[in-house]
Amino acid sequence: MIAAFIQRAIMQGIPLLFGSTGEIITEKSGHLNLGIPGIMYVGGISGVIGSFFYQHSVEQMNPVLAVLIPFGCSLLGSLLMGLIYCFLTVTLRANQNVTGLALTTFGIGVGNFFGGSLTKLSGTGATSIELTQASIYFKTTFPFADKLGWVGTIFFSYGFMVYLAVIIALVAAYVLKRTRIGLQLRAVGENPATADAAGINVNRYKYVATCAGSMIAGLGGLYYVVDYMGVWSNDGFGDRGWLAIALVIFAVWRPNVGILGSFLFGGLYIVHTYIQIPGFGIAEQELFKMLPYVVTIIVLVVTSIREKRESQPPASLGLAYFREER
Amino acid sequence: MSVAIELKDITKTFGSVVANDNVCLKVDRGEILSILGENGSGKTTLMNMIAGIYFPDHGQIFIDGEEVVIRSPKDAFRYKIGMIHQHFKLVDVFTATENIILGLEDQGKYNLKKAAQRVKEISEQYGFEIDPMKKIYEMSVSEKQTVEIIKVLYRGADILILDEPTAVLTPQETQKLFAVLRKMRDSGKAIIIITHKLHEVLSLSDKVSVLCKGKYVGTVNTAETNENQLTEMMVGKKVTLNIDRSEPKNCEKRLEVCDVSCMNREGVKLLDDVSFTAYSGEILGIAGIAGSGQRELLEAIAGLQHISEGDIYYHNPKTGTTDDLRDKTPLEIRELGVRLSFVPEDRLGMGLVGNMDIVDNMMLRSYRRGKGMFLERKKPKSLAEDIIKQLEVVTPSANTPVRRLSGGNVQKVLVGREIASSPTVLMAAYPVRGLDINSSYTIYNLLNQQKDKGVAVIFVGEDLDVLLELCDRIVVIGSGRITGIVDARTTTKEEIGLLMTKTEAYKEDKAHENA
Repeated sequence: MIAAFIQRAIMQGIPLLFGSTGEIITEKSGHLNLGIPGIMYVGGISGVIGSFFYQHSVEQMNPVLAVLIPFGCSLLGSLLMGLIYCFLTVTLRANQNVTGLALTTFGIGVGNFFGGSLTKLSGTGATSIELTQASIYFKTTFPFADKLGWVGTIFFSYGFMVYLAVIIALVAAYVLKRTRIGLQLRAVGENPATADAAGINVNRYKYVATCAGSMIAGLGGLYYVVDYMGVWSNDGFGDRGWLAIALVIFAVWRPNVGILGSFLFGGLYIVHTYIQIPGFGIAEQELFKMLPYVVTIIVLVVTSIREKRESQPPASLGLAYFREER
Repeated sequence: MSVAIELKDITKTFGSVVANDNVCLKVDRGEILSILGENGSGKTTLMNMIAGIYFPDHGQIFIDGEEVVIRSPKDAFRYKIGMIHQHFKLVDVFTATENIILGLEDQGKYNLKKAAQRVKEISEQYGFEIDPMKKIYEMSVSEKQTVEIIKVLYRGADILILDEPTAVLTPQETQKLFAVLRKMRDSGKAIIIITHKLHEVLSLSDKVSVLCKGKYVGTVNTAETNENQLTEMMVGKKVTLNIDRSEPKNCEKRLEVCDVSCMNREGVKLLDDVSFTAYSGEILGIAGIAGSGQRELLEAIAGLQHISEGDIYYHNPKTGTTDDLRDKTPLEIRELGVRLSFVPEDRLGMGLVGNMDIVDNMMLRSYRRGKGMFLERKKPKSLAEDIIKQLEVVTPSANTPVRRLSGGNVQKVLVGREIASSPTVLMAAYPVRGLDINSSYTIYNLLNQQKDKGVAVIFVGEDLDVLLELCDRIVVIGSGRITGIVDARTTTKEEIGLLMTKTEAYKEDKAHENA
């Protein structure tokens, strides 16, 4: 049962991991993208749209295409969202918080609009879109997982996107810490004027980091819909986008810490189904869902008390940069 | 020796302001050139054009005898020009090495260890003491400066520009820096150093170029000059302004500043043992190079700056009692009639709220006096209208956000509001900054009116000509110390100029006390 719990915790954590890795990369460039929940939502629906039309246009789906088409659509959808955010906050220097929140509202609207439309198109009268076949391809895992007992359950029982999320987080951690690109990206987020004086193209770094971050976050939405759920229903994504942003703080802006953090958050998110407290109905069990946020607040308190400069947010996070304003 | 860099007829304008007007400059290899000039004489602008931050309107730059075009900091690196800015450009959470290699691309593989090794080599070569792996936020100011210098050396710069490098250093650190600079000169680098301090110019440089109000005055060999000649070149000829100045009447001691010292958070003294007396019915000028402690002094009097030592006594004309302002809150000090009208660099930073209209800004001072829970708008409104009329503030109405007014009108509103409460001490810092001639005269007249009413006016100014013609006495402040108190009617620009660049403290003698 513990193995099954860990397995479910990891699966719950993966959307958060995608989201937080994307957000960390974005924040390292000095941009606080509160549009992440909306972007993840759009990432999910874009994949659903791709998958839906592919499914309905052919008799027999090609497994490779059934994976690649939703994947590509998801990346494209979240890239567009990222570009909107960049154009507003980098080029036009709009307020990042307002832009991000607007983008979240917008993204959820877009998702629900297309979700509703596709439901109508499918003509089954159901309120959700079944993606059973594609989901099977996404969930395809190592054939030997069953034979390894609990080791197989915990380590080898997932679809490729779970491993992808971990790999992306590890690569992001390496790039940020150990490469020249990472150094320069961090400089842009810490002190854009200094980066500019050092000959770094500040706006290019901001654009690339924010768009790459959005695309990675969007994959979280895709994973949740196509792999984890296998079905799209409007508003089904819940508060996972916000949880991803909380995870950024929990992970003190380090993607490798984010991996463990996401599994922890995933576990805390589902722990209520495993712990039965007498007198707790379904309504009361919702209390458990606040655990990840409580943990985040504790982390904030601890890092603030310790005052270690490395665990603080990038210094110019949320501030627009304009060269002439010295 | 060959000419490293030469500027010919460089002109740069910002809007209608001419920052540099046909400036010429020449530096040889193995030579240190000082650039001397008052605030706003265009020194930094000129250097920024060599470093690629600004682009000249016209004029030519030659490096090693060949004409070049420098459009960006990258171009400047290419010509081996390195500038150490007054405000450091460093990322706090990075190590020294990370900051040094930031932005360098064509250096092969990213290898911090190798870079740190190279940083060490450079440090040893020139006698710096630096830990390449130390984080910037753990460093002292002089260490940060060292990082900046190594940064340009790492890039292979052989023309170095230092913008007021000693402003933030202690005397010992300054000596160390000079030793390093001399070493660099001896190894054939060309060094340009901007400074206000005459004794540094004389002890360090080989040649001195002087700028005055954007114009190039001339270049002299350090060995053949002295402080007096340089000051004369720096302050320029006296200009007559014809400001009406009345004789001070009914002078009484109003404000006594006794041995006041202030420190900033790092424990550096911003004010060091400052003492002077301000009398009613006179205008006391405060002269000094920007950032010498003028702002801190005024804030200390107004209760906004913590005083670590000393006292400020206020002789209350109404009650005849003497209060120590040190123990009072800013609000209490204001109620006593000590008014501060500070015009900071960004004008709206302190005193006025840009997005609020003139009436609301009047209420910032009076809202506490209202009765009941609602604000009273009538009185502030009539006050706002009075100010608009009397001071000829150009505004569509009293309900226009202050932000939309021009600089001069903003200043009139600010000064007008402080005067309206009939103060006993009026402090005005840079009240004419950025104003045209007519607006400036309006402000001068306002201050003179207050003086005639028996107010003790403290005027912090930049323009020595104005200080000489407006004030009765002038306190000169340098590096947080008072370097002299002179009678404005008998002193000369040169005398003040010399005092401004001095750092030794001066104690008020009894002769001036009775002025």
